[in-house]
Amino acid sequence: MADAIRLTYEISPDDFTRAGEASSDVKSKLKRLGVPPEAIRKVSIAMYEGEINMVIHADGGEITVEITPERILMILADKGPGIPDVEQAMQAGWSTAPDEVRSLGFGAGMGLPNMKKYTDEMKIDTVIGVGTTITMVVNI
Amino acid sequence: MTVRDAMNVLGARVLVGEENLDREVKSACGSDMMSDVLAFSKDHSILLTGLCNPQVIRTAEMLDIVCIIFVRGKKPDQTILDMAAERDLVVLETGHRMFSSCGLLYQAGLHGGAI
Repeated sequence: MADAIRLTYEISPDDFTRAGEASSDVKSKLKRLGVPPEAIRKVSIAMYEGEINMVIHADGGEITVEITPERILMILADKGPGIPDVEQAMQAGWSTAPDEVRSLGFGAGMGLPNMKKYTDEMKIDTVIGVGTTITMVVNI
Repeated sequence: MTVRDAMNVLGARVLVGEENLDREVKSACGSDMMSDVLAFSKDHSILLTGLCNPQVIRTAEMLDIVCIIFVRGKKPDQTILDMAAERDLVVLETGHRMFSSCGLLYQAGLHGGAI
């Protein structure tokens, strides 16, 4: 683990315009590191979806990314309302996003299913009223 | 086809990326829901949309899309155009509606790609 690279991002709440900046930065860093394009694509989509979710649902939070030659680990931690029914939230099309979010092009209920689809491992730890931490791994 | 071919088919105007019009494009997707684009897009090179906000540019960036076409005469603001330029994207604008834009491109040989 000596050569692990660790990146941390504060995700600011209610700033929809800036949502995605962290994912964009990670994507360009992975490119510079010479990570294979398919892995970059998976990380970009999964992290971007997660980052958007943190802005829409959870008043922002913190994202930590750890890169090793074998895998990319993403930890998205928020202090939002928590997910009452994870199984339901994982269903394609299920969304609690308000209309104003939908009018911005999100809230199709594809976020979590998409994150699962594009990662090799995904774990959701959520406590109502405390927050949600999503851990995702993409193998290189 | 190239981005230029797509532009000619739609009678579209270039807003950003004049120097990249000869890039090749193999397939396209059309949606106003970026969530769906992220979910269903696979190696698409063109994104047609009527949604006009910075997240369109970010979605395109995450998916390595080459060209964004704003349909229904939607005019992205300067912030959006600057973001696109920084990312080396081509941005076109057409007065055609979504259905017609997709139909014209499909007819010209640009398809939806793998499902």
